[in-house]
Amino acid sequence: MDVDVRDDFLYTKEHEWALIDDGVAIVGLTDYAQSSLGDVTFLELPSVGSDVEQFEQLASVESVKAASDIYSPVSGKILDVNTDLDDNPELINKSCYEMGWIARIEVADSEETSRLMDAEEYRVYLGNLE
Amino acid sequence: MVLKRTPLYDLHKKLNAKMVPFGGWDMPVQYSGIIEEYHATRTGVAIFDICHMGEFFVTGDAEQTGLDRIVTQRLRDLSVGACRYGMMLNESGGILDDLIVFRLDDHEWMIVVNAATSDDDAAHFQRQLNESESFDDRSVQTGKIDVQGPKSRDFLLPLIVGIDRLPYYGCARFDVMGEPAIVSRTGYTGELGYEIYYPADKIARLWESLLTRGAVPAGLGARDVLRIEMGYPLYGHEISTGVSPLDAGLERFIDWEKDFIGKEALLQYKQGGVAARTMCFVADSRRSPREGQKIFSADDKEIGVVTSGTFSPSLLKGVGLGRVAETVPTGQTVFFGTPDKKAAAVSAGRPVYKNGSLKA
Repeated sequence: MDVDVRDDFLYTKEHEWALIDDGVAIVGLTDYAQSSLGDVTFLELPSVGSDVEQFEQLASVESVKAASDIYSPVSGKILDVNTDLDDNPELINKSCYEMGWIARIEVADSEETSRLMDAEEYRVYLGNLE
Repeated sequence: MVLKRTPLYDLHKKLNAKMVPFGGWDMPVQYSGIIEEYHATRTGVAIFDICHMGEFFVTGDAEQTGLDRIVTQRLRDLSVGACRYGMMLNESGGILDDLIVFRLDDHEWMIVVNAATSDDDAAHFQRQLNESESFDDRSVQTGKIDVQGPKSRDFLLPLIVGIDRLPYYGCARFDVMGEPAIVSRTGYTGELGYEIYYPADKIARLWESLLTRGAVPAGLGARDVLRIEMGYPLYGHEISTGVSPLDAGLERFIDWEKDFIGKEALLQYKQGGVAARTMCFVADSRRSPREGQKIFSADDKEIGVVTSGTFSPSLLKGVGLGRVAETVPTGQTVFFGTPDKKAAAVSAGRPVYKNGSLKA
């Protein structure tokens, strides 16, 4: 399987990504996650303004086959969610690193990012899954 | 347990299909994507590998062989060249399997059964038939491809001369690419479609020819969405040995005028009042019901359980089938989920997808 892993992103073991810039993380699901899920049909997004803890549930996703939880790569306040996903959840399949982003989070503790994998580590992690 | 492979296994791998275990078989759940394969079936022509299902042959008179007692459907007036849906039950009226009986000739019957139950079904037939010589389990030698979709007749016509004469639930023998085939106008999708029974050792050639002619390969994922939208039961979900045909809403496939295994138990059960019925519902949102979730009435009473659920790519909403303790009239609000987290839905008439080309 040919999986897209982006160089400047950080990754979780549950296949979420975070792109951190100036104290704000944009988060989403990786190519590996969207491919395993298959056609995404529904997303339950968190409320803007609420707080989330690192590796705690951020959102949930449904595909034709199954429902699963999405965990937050960082702790912090949710600044914004991608409401385009309400009517077009398939954006997760079509463009998981861009149009299919899930939330923007104000990073509460920049030290936490040391618990995430960089692209090289995530590629090795994916290689070991197969 | 080692999973069995159909004769098309290598071709699925070549198409990069995702494979999953199903009824003891390693089967393709999707190729390009479930929703794309779904739309191909609803609007064009899709092909499904159904080689895993079982095919039994019975030779002789339906009553004298005992076949008539094994199945619930009426065989007496089934004409040659027609097939009919029904079930086989145990003595307590539980459903051992659902099946289709084909009358290929006056004294030649084909019975098509589910993959997971096939071995048990064959043993049941051998026990219950009056003479074991009249029975032949040809599941291994018989491959099967379903060709489904509104364009399937025009698609198959150049390959199978005379297929346009097959009526709904008709069946006949045809020469297909130089091999003897049995073709029925049946399916599990709600669309115009055909099921082709073909020598297993030659069926890879047929599959490749259908692909070359432009049919879209579709997996069990799309097949499940299609059948849930139609409200068709799937063994192990809506029906099982713990469920009677009366609970499952399948009484119309029972011939009460004849004797059949399980009849006494069913009559007694009917007298005491049937405990369950099936329902079909459409969610108010894109949220999919999932098997095992609870169903609640509008006033929050737990009334049943979801037996199958999916996302409907046509309605853009979740759809589900359930077994409930009371009749829920069409249009009534219900909820599905857990006591802590419920989603709203509306009880719906069957099928929830109403534009199928089934009888076109």
